[in-house]
Amino acid sequence: MAKNIIEKIWESHVVHREEGKPDLLYIDLHLIHEVTSPQAFEGLRLAGRKVRRPDLCFATMDHNVPTKDIYTVNDPIAKKQMSTLEKNCAEFGIQLAGIGHPDQGIVHVIGPELGLTQPGKTIVCGDSHTSTHGAFGALAFGIGTSEVEHVLSTQTLWQNKPKTMEIRVNGKLGFGVTAKDIILAIIAKWGVGLGTGYIIEYTGEAIRNLSMEERMTICNMSIEAGAKAGLISPDEKTVEFLRGRRFAPKEEFDKAAEYWLSLASDPGCTYDKVLEIDASEIEPYVTWGTNPSMGTGISGRVPTVDDYESETDKQALRKALEYMGLEEGQPITSIEIQHVFIGSCTNSRLSDLRTAAQIVKGRKVAPGVRAIVVPGSYSVKKAAEEEGLDKIFIEAGFEWRNSGCSACLGMNEDIIPSGERCASTSNRNFEGRQGAGARTHLVSPAMAAAAAIEGRFVDVRNYLKQEQQA
Amino acid sequence: MEPINIVKSVITPLDRKNVDTDQIISKEFLKRIERTGFGKYLFYHWRYDENGNENPDFVLNKPEYKGSQILVAQDNFGCGSSREHAPWAILDYGFRVIIAPSFADIFHNNCFKNGILPVKLKEEEVDEILAKGLQKPYTVEVNLTEQTVTGEDGAVYHFNIDPYYKEMLLNGWDEIALTFKYEDKIKAYEEKRIVFK
Ligand code: SF4
Repeated sequence: MAKNIIEKIWESHVVHREEGKPDLLYIDLHLIHEVTSPQAFEGLRLAGRKVRRPDLCFATMDHNVPTKDIYTVNDPIAKKQMSTLEKNCAEFGIQLAGIGHPDQGIVHVIGPELGLTQPGKTIVCGDSHTSTHGAFGALAFGIGTSEVEHVLSTQTLWQNKPKTMEIRVNGKLGFGVTAKDIILAIIAKWGVGLGTGYIIEYTGEAIRNLSMEERMTICNMSIEAGAKAGLISPDEKTVEFLRGRRFAPKEEFDKAAEYWLSLASDPGCTYDKVLEIDASEIEPYVTWGTNPSMGTGISGRVPTVDDYESETDKQALRKALEYMGLEEGQPITSIEIQHVFIGSCTNSRLSDLRTAAQIVKGRKVAPGVRAIVVPGSYSVKKAAEEEGLDKIFIEAGFEWRNSGCSACLGMNEDIIPSGERCASTSNRNFEGRQGAGARTHLVSPAMAAAAAIEGRFVDVRNYLKQEQQA
Repeated sequence: MEPINIVKSVITPLDRKNVDTDQIISKEFLKRIERTGFGKYLFYHWRYDENGNENPDFVLNKPEYKGSQILVAQDNFGCGSSREHAPWAILDYGFRVIIAPSFADIFHNNCFKNGILPVKLKEEEVDEILAKGLQKPYTVEVNLTEQTVTGEDGAVYHFNIDPYYKEMLLNGWDEIALTFKYEDKIKAYEEKRIVFK
């Protein structure tokens, strides 16, 4: 019978199945960071338990790390959290890429970079954006700290099988439109609860045409669509991305590649639900509200209360606009910004930085705008510097930082002040996400770069056209 | 984890959709390495103004809901990050039950690991309970064994719950200890697991 990739991976990881219970699933890779792990390790110690498979764990520090001077952690509580991870990894024998380590970076950037992320694996991390790894055809999902503890001690998890959903992105993307715009358009179209209880497979021509880095951007935001996980069937691009990576198979690479490709969804397989969207309809997107579904194309406007039917929705709009300091019906291009953040596990890989650099090259950041670039990992930073991207950004007036989560959630010092507005390439525009009172607009790296130059949102396609004509 | 079966208290009506984990526990409080002590930071930026003064309009600050153990909210409660600090804060504040039409997946899972009962009711039913609770303090009794919510006015609502998680909550089981019973199966799986060199 034709099977989809979700069913194939799930079935091949069932350790135990019993009526009336969730399945006990084996976990192939457990990624760890400093914020969601300390209580799990403490739990192990209190119960006198061991880490069952330290060889299947990999840890890094990303959420708290300073991005200016990486060795100066001013916050003593953050410092303690980081030194706790060091101690825990040493005590339990887990590989750690800590501050200053060449493998350090945002956990979802380094997994693929190191070749730890592979098709067919079950991958977990105490972090909701673990869905990023689904771009490789892995079943990857975020878990809470109690589950982190469970995986540490048993290398398994009890999981109810979610329903499966196909989101088919048909046709070709328009000029200047990116993966970020696809996923923002999907969430705006069907809402932040669209994937609750489901694992999503993204399919269709537009998805097949994306690079691996772009596929990661899509899968990354599956959680913003409420899904447990999001993935894309592996193909030749997946195989080529992994070839030669440090933790990818070596002698048996060809055998592995054959197996990976066999995991792709079979022709004629079915899903519990199918949604379709036409890529050619998608514009560069900007969010105007306080959840990722509150967004529209660059030619659009902030909605009005009359656009909604239910009182709850009207009320939600009023609250969002009050927080965001926007008027009903305001054109998106009239929104002025004071900050630009290019970074986060959604959009901080080399290709993202290249796209942004192409736009800012030879231009200057608008007066009154503070713009920062935070590469996703130490190795992205190094590669970008080898290409001279750092110079392009610095000459344009951007700050060039060290890798980490940074202003995506503002746990370190990179915070957006209250009442100020930020064009951000990250994934969440919740109230207070980038700092108490901070106003976040989610966009692609290209749109963020153009906003930095203009001081307000503009259609990046006009920029790119000029470029082409020049 | 504390077993849970019957919880009776006045409800706290939080009439909002998509309450995300950043609101439940803001990032500045995630640096602690303990599981306890998060209650005072629950909904911090809604509860307090910039100067740390209580916002009298926010439902948690209203005297009539003090001591409540049952939080009632709208759709997609707990969306956003996987931080278990969110249920830790909710539990530490004193809530044992959350009633909503739907919950985000990771948050929902996290509740079961911490002895919090997430009750899914139909949207109309939640609207009704919220309306009553907003009008004047409204007490309900939640009974996990019976899978019912019974209002002080006699209204009865039934809910469904996964039998596995129901058992866990009723008994306060340690899931890891349960899983250790399957050690042989885990070993057997590891022997046949697909690994490429
Ligand atoms: S970059 Fe942002 S979303 Fe990604 S892991 Fe870090 S904090 Fe989470």
